[in-house]
Amino acid sequence: MSGEPILSVDRLTMRFGGIVAVQDLSFAAERKKITALIGPNGAGKTTVFNCITGFYKPSGGSIRLAHDDGKVIALERLNDFRIAKQAKVARTFQNIRLFPGMTALENLMVAQHNALMRASGLTFLGLIGVPSYRTAEKRAIELATEWLKRVNLLDRADDAAGNFAYGDQRRLEIARAMCTEPALLCLDEPAAGLNARESAGLSELLLSIRNELGTSILLIEHDMSVVMEISDHIVVMDHGLKIAQGTPREVRDDPKVIAAYLGTDEEEAAAVMESGS
Amino acid sequence: MTAIPHETTKARRTAGIPFLLKTAFINALIALVLFSLMIGIRTEAGSDGQLTYWTRFGDLASIVAAVFGGSIVIELLRQWIGPTGAEKLVPPSVQSGMSFIGRYVAPALLIFTLLVPVIFYDQRYILDLAILVLTYVMLGWGLNVVVGLAGLLDLGYVAFYAVGAYSYALLATNFGWSFWVCLPLAGILAAFWGMLLGFPVLRLRGDYLAIVTLAFGEIIRLVIINWQSLTGGPNGVSGIPRPTFFGIPLDNSDDGLAAKLGIEYSPTHRIVFLFYLILALALLTNWVTIRLRRLPIGRAWEALREDEVACRALGINTTTTKLTAFATGAMFGGFAGAFFATRQGFISPESFTFQESALVLAIVVLGGMGSQLGVALAALAMIGGFELFRSLETYRMLVFGMAMVLIMIWRPRGLIGHRAPTVYLTKANAISSDLVKEGHG
Repeated sequence: MSGEPILSVDRLTMRFGGIVAVQDLSFAAERKKITALIGPNGAGKTTVFNCITGFYKPSGGSIRLAHDDGKVIALERLNDFRIAKQAKVARTFQNIRLFPGMTALENLMVAQHNALMRASGLTFLGLIGVPSYRTAEKRAIELATEWLKRVNLLDRADDAAGNFAYGDQRRLEIARAMCTEPALLCLDEPAAGLNARESAGLSELLLSIRNELGTSILLIEHDMSVVMEISDHIVVMDHGLKIAQGTPREVRDDPKVIAAYLGTDEEEAAAVMESGS
Repeated sequence: MTAIPHETTKARRTAGIPFLLKTAFINALIALVLFSLMIGIRTEAGSDGQLTYWTRFGDLASIVAAVFGGSIVIELLRQWIGPTGAEKLVPPSVQSGMSFIGRYVAPALLIFTLLVPVIFYDQRYILDLAILVLTYVMLGWGLNVVVGLAGLLDLGYVAFYAVGAYSYALLATNFGWSFWVCLPLAGILAAFWGMLLGFPVLRLRGDYLAIVTLAFGEIIRLVIINWQSLTGGPNGVSGIPRPTFFGIPLDNSDDGLAAKLGIEYSPTHRIVFLFYLILALALLTNWVTIRLRRLPIGRAWEALREDEVACRALGINTTTTKLTAFATGAMFGGFAGAFFATRQGFISPESFTFQESALVLAIVVLGGMGSQLGVALAALAMIGGFELFRSLETYRMLVFGMAMVLIMIWRPRGLIGHRAPTVYLTKANAISSDLVKEGHG
């Protein structure tokens, strides 16, 4: 594996009582690349995600995030919102978690909370309406507008997010995560429930995020057409263990991977093979 | 896409006569079971203690018949004029019309409120009632920050009202500090207690949060009752100084405001002053809340109500966000408490019972959670309406309760059933309350 990693997971272990969900998992995600985490259902992918994004505290191992300026942050020591705030790791959720009663624009404004909070002098300066806060808010609206344009939802900026179609909600959630200006974007099954055309659009969006903005992406995905098309590096998990890793081509031909998918779900194995041909 | 479900619901709703009769029959049956013992049989103690009873089947039959007929009429009304429980049936044109009216209701109401002392100068009763209504408007707006915006169910809001009232009462009677010095202090102290309450309930949700806040309200009341040396216990604090017009007393003395202005003294001056004082405090609450909603902290409160996990994933510190919501709401409660103390001149723990918390919460829920105008209208309806039914005497509570139930059936999400966005690109579309979450409480 070449290049310098942005995220290094080392011997990560997560136990829930007697159940070991993730065992001694080590992998790295490269800077400005798309790394995919795949595996059959119940392999422990989302658990790894929750450890990286601070929703779980790992039972063992370390997770290191290296920023562009060389600062290294131990994610397993930060908790909850600090991972998003200080380590600049943004995430989306398997079951979409937008703010349904707020407009698309408001959703993206909430994502810029910390920057705006600073600009509003912890609310006090904002309350009396200092000009510096107003310019900061204008900038935030501009950033939100840009992202609405990118995910093709600009004309629905003032509609409630809860009214959006499923595919639009997925894209809006990605836009919201990107509005936090993250160093690492973690996507939990972004293509779940999308049709073929929407999946293709999603691939395009993720590639543009990587190529144009240079944001590193870590994603969990079941849709092999998306994974094989956009991933630079794939890590395969099964039963909490890493069973393979490499480029899409290497992983596709790995007999262990095929066995893992065949052993659990024939359709998924067939999907892996098919997208390889 | 929207047309199809619309049609089907309509078709189902206008189901024919068999459905009508079936509903009416079931309702009549329930009435029969309910009233067979309550009305059908009358029991009384006889002259030498034995039980005598007689039947009143005629009365029972007429009640059941009334229920049968009544449910047919209600069902027909529901089908013809709607709306039923589903608010989606309200066409968008009506909704936009409502928001159009809504735009003018608030300014009209404000102008009317400003003129109340002019119009009703001679009617002391109406002025007193208006002051009471405004006090509850302010309390409602304060609680709205916690319940309506941040979605944290607070059943102990009266605690902060009590803290504010006792802060002013004790500071003024013991140290002789003026109202204008004590007012901010009362707010700050209440906010401090709001934070204290906030800490233990940070991890609680839903019913548990409600129970702890309820307990907090009771704790404050019990402390006030039992800490006799400081608070006077059940006897309360009396002789609380009346507010002054920035140092000039509003009384009959030679340095009173009336004497200085060279006009004849009237006790109404003080009432009018109190009216404008509470109006100013309420408007301050409203202004601050409206501004806060458009600031990042306000958006974070609403986001917290919508989805706490997503907030954390976006780097929002949910701990401080919740604490600031509690503190802000408590601060306004403290201001209102200080006003209450100076208006009454006497306070005792009896004024700060759970019933007050429940009343303020009912105002917020009835108004439509998060809506400033809705809360104001609800306070007017609840406090003013309660006075309106005074002539009904013993039946007042019954009629009032029924009115509340009817309002909640017809407008389940409160009087104002939509949320206004805090920021927009092209047009501020009102968001239907069906999409807005109610928070963890």
